[in-house]
Amino acid sequence: MSGKEYRTITDVKGPLVFLNKTEPVAFGEIVQLRLNNGTTKNGQVLDTSDELVVVQVFEGTAGVDLNTGVKFMGDVFKLPVSDDLIGRILDGAGRPRDGGPDIVAEENADIIGAAINPYSRRSPHDFIQTGISAIDCCTTLVRGQKLPIFSASGLPHNDIALQIARQAKLTGSDEEFIVVFCAMGITAEEFNFFRSDLERTGALENAVLFVNLADDPAVERIITPRLALTAAEYLAFEKDYHVLVIYTDMTNYCDALRQIGAAREEVPGRRGYPGYMYTDLAMLYERAGIVKNKKGSITQFPILTMPGDDITHPIPDLSGYITEGQIVISRELHQQGIYPPINVLPSLSRLMGSCIGEKTTREDHKSVSDQMYAAYAQGRELRGLVAIVGEDALNERDKQLLDFSGVFEDKFLRQSRDEDRTIAETLDLCWTLLSQIDTKYLVRLDQKWIEKYHPDNRA
Amino acid sequence: MNNEGVIYRISGPVVTATGMQAGMYDVVRVGHEGLMGEVIELHGDKAVIQVYEDTSGIRPGEPVLNTRETLSVALGPGLLTQIYDGIQRPLATLEEVMGVFITRGVDADGFDMERKWTFEAVASAGDEVVSGQVIGNVQETETIVHKIMVPPGKGGTVKSISSGDYNVTEDVCTLEDGTTMQMMQKWPVRTPRPYQQKYAPDTPLITGMRILDFLFPLAKGGAAGIPGPFGSGKTVTQQSLAKYSDAQIVVYIGCGERGNEMTEVLDEFPHLIDPNTGKPLMNRTVMIANTSNMPVAAREASVYTGITIAEYFRDMGYDVALMADSTSRWAEAMREISSRLEEMPGEEGYPAYLSSRIAEFYERAGRVQTLNGDDGSVTVIGAVSPPGGDVSEPVSQGTLRIVKVFWGLDAGLARQRHFPAINWLGSYSLYPPSLDQWFRDNISQDYPEIRTAISGLLQIEAELQEIVQLVGSDALPVDQQLTLEVARMIREYFLQQNGFHDVDAFCSVELHYKMAKAILTFQESAKNAMAAGADLQDVVNVPSRTDLMRGRFEATYGDDIDALVEKMNEEIAAAVEEN
Repeated sequence: MSGKEYRTITDVKGPLVFLNKTEPVAFGEIVQLRLNNGTTKNGQVLDTSDELVVVQVFEGTAGVDLNTGVKFMGDVFKLPVSDDLIGRILDGAGRPRDGGPDIVAEENADIIGAAINPYSRRSPHDFIQTGISAIDCCTTLVRGQKLPIFSASGLPHNDIALQIARQAKLTGSDEEFIVVFCAMGITAEEFNFFRSDLERTGALENAVLFVNLADDPAVERIITPRLALTAAEYLAFEKDYHVLVIYTDMTNYCDALRQIGAAREEVPGRRGYPGYMYTDLAMLYERAGIVKNKKGSITQFPILTMPGDDITHPIPDLSGYITEGQIVISRELHQQGIYPPINVLPSLSRLMGSCIGEKTTREDHKSVSDQMYAAYAQGRELRGLVAIVGEDALNERDKQLLDFSGVFEDKFLRQSRDEDRTIAETLDLCWTLLSQIDTKYLVRLDQKWIEKYHPDNRA
Repeated sequence: MNNEGVIYRISGPVVTATGMQAGMYDVVRVGHEGLMGEVIELHGDKAVIQVYEDTSGIRPGEPVLNTRETLSVALGPGLLTQIYDGIQRPLATLEEVMGVFITRGVDADGFDMERKWTFEAVASAGDEVVSGQVIGNVQETETIVHKIMVPPGKGGTVKSISSGDYNVTEDVCTLEDGTTMQMMQKWPVRTPRPYQQKYAPDTPLITGMRILDFLFPLAKGGAAGIPGPFGSGKTVTQQSLAKYSDAQIVVYIGCGERGNEMTEVLDEFPHLIDPNTGKPLMNRTVMIANTSNMPVAAREASVYTGITIAEYFRDMGYDVALMADSTSRWAEAMREISSRLEEMPGEEGYPAYLSSRIAEFYERAGRVQTLNGDDGSVTVIGAVSPPGGDVSEPVSQGTLRIVKVFWGLDAGLARQRHFPAINWLGSYSLYPPSLDQWFRDNISQDYPEIRTAISGLLQIEAELQEIVQLVGSDALPVDQQLTLEVARMIREYFLQQNGFHDVDAFCSVELHYKMAKAILTFQESAKNAMAAGADLQDVVNVPSRTDLMRGRFEATYGDDIDALVEKMNEEIAAAVEEN
């Protein structure tokens, strides 16, 4: 059906091109536009009927006029996939960006990706040790999980993501992760930071990078994560790799979505974002997991920056409803000079319960984590009270909890960018810190764990 | 009648066809692959269709076939223990046909059409039977008898009927007028099944969760809404309800939620034991799992599929509980389709008919006299996921206008790891007036008064806390400090409940009544002791009070509690003498 070139453009609006009088064009079909100066642009069909076809142009519509030639390629968007992907850097539309040859396809995979049958999934339960105490102890990561980082401008989310990518491993296993990295609208500087870090640690050889930078076409960002996830699915479910997908920044992705919605004059939902954004995000985030009879897995680490540090903004809000928890980065902690500035209170890992305990981490993990959390939460709350009534008005218990919240941040949260703590080290550290609170106030700890692990009873 | 048309336009899940005669809600097959869709709008010759599967690659000009049926579910033996997608395709069958990824164009029966069931006739030849009347029984699972009923609209004199082994499509009964009946019947999902009349609810649905059963009870046949921001425990609460509520049949709809979470349910349920019957929980359960990334039109249909199945079991005389998690995703599916139809939007882009659709859905709940004169009920519990946790948005508001029970989840409580994170100050139930008689008759004459006393204490605590925030608790007079201590006991001992603990997850009404009473007893004894000169700290710190509170994790707690309370009283009395 391809081959014929149409010059029937009637309207051009933002990233959209409207044509009439064409052959029957498939919904989602790939389109090539040939400009008068010979350059080509790519697009995809968003709406098709006997009379009118709407095409979204990935590279933007600069230079498109009513004489631009439009060719329908007869198929929906596919990504050539093979083992050769590993170690490559591709652009936001899947073309080599590293000067290397084209990917020799073993197969061409549809980038939309079919939904995994919930009945065919396996429940994730393999503990991933990230070496970061706050995550390992309080918001434990599980293989097959999607756990976003909710951050904001000016915070070190990239460092944290990279530290996780470097250090993530299964305890008692030397299986390595393949990192699929997807950049959407980040700056060249940020990207270079990621690339040089991956290069420095040798991880680049085990990574696939899809890169759409801030000055690349915004609309292309719609497909970049889909390409990355298609590559991840191929590597995980056809080639048995364990894949860690990091994508940044989801906020740029959502803004691109809004841009197209606005150009189509769709009825907007909250803050101008399209009403289908939940479904659209779900179609990305839900491409994580492990399935029956396949060895590989996909774990996702989306990074999003909350506009105005507002967790109720539609982007973090809709993400939070889909992902299995979130890691929240705190500006307050960052300003106190604490790295990683993870605020454990609003952070959560929904799958944590299935991966901690005697068989995977340690028998006291749940108890300790609950106690750390509760004591820190109470200590933080007391800070507000102290500001009003002064420290002298506190009783003994409250004083201890207040002090604890300080050491929690200073000793437990704080660690260096290359410090890789084992889960046992993290839990032992918890016990050391908790031991400065009188045992009778530690109501969430089981007596048997106190007898076994409390520093007073171990020496 | 021309049942064949061609595709004119495709825009995401919405397809327009021309050249075909169609009626509203006709089910059609779209394109060469025969994707399933439903007519949702007519414009002259054009029929607008929402398609239940991905439409990429479909072209204008491809054929559309009208099946002339409306979207229906198959009802009959084989429903229980099934796990469906939004349009009643069993997920296990889909896996067999297409592997782990859900591709498209596959049709699947709602249950095994070939399997033989043992039909025991209860009607006999010559009987006059009416719509809804039970003509025979099938032991579908260990615990549930599936009653085969005359489909609505049919009736007459039985010509022949015989017990024996049949599959669901074989004739089991013939009427004098030649009407034949099979064990399977079909019912259009968007039409409520008929009944004789609705009753006022008078029996509580026992959920085993103290805060719900005691403070905010839900009636069998009632409707409840659970709004809460993400991470506040909606899904855990819904799952606990599905596990422990004393309904005879449970329909669980995972509507637009997480795949991994659904898998956890699917993995866990087959191993769970129903505390009311001691048999596997799956025996009484039908599940519908349409996760967030599955087609949005099928998500829109999933709640109707679920409630129709619930009504069918209600018609047999069962008490059915339906959990929908989450109705916000259903509303968003409506919004998405409405926006593709370019309809004029109401609030926040939702269609103007949103609140009437929500009301119609919840109105299908109720305790009814069925067509055959039996008593049955459908209780609906809908989770709502308000953006940013703000319940002023349209879905929450549309829900609150219609439900009588509001269990408000609170992110702050969840953050303090107070579970279930249901806010006791903001939640409400309008059922106590109709249920109190039941509590008086079955539990204790003073049950409602105990409830009032406990909720009063929580109210006072909230007021005192405001003062404490300013001046610290030591500045309060001792009687108010005692009140705070009692309120803390209510929160930590009574309201908090560990949904994952073997014993604590389910608490009977008898036991929670005793626990509530124990708290008031403590308050009374402490007051008396302090009036007699005892020190507050001595009273609060009596060791048996800790035993009383910790004891709830022991299986024998129901037997021990009276002795523990007595011991506590003695120790408090002793605290007076020490002074």
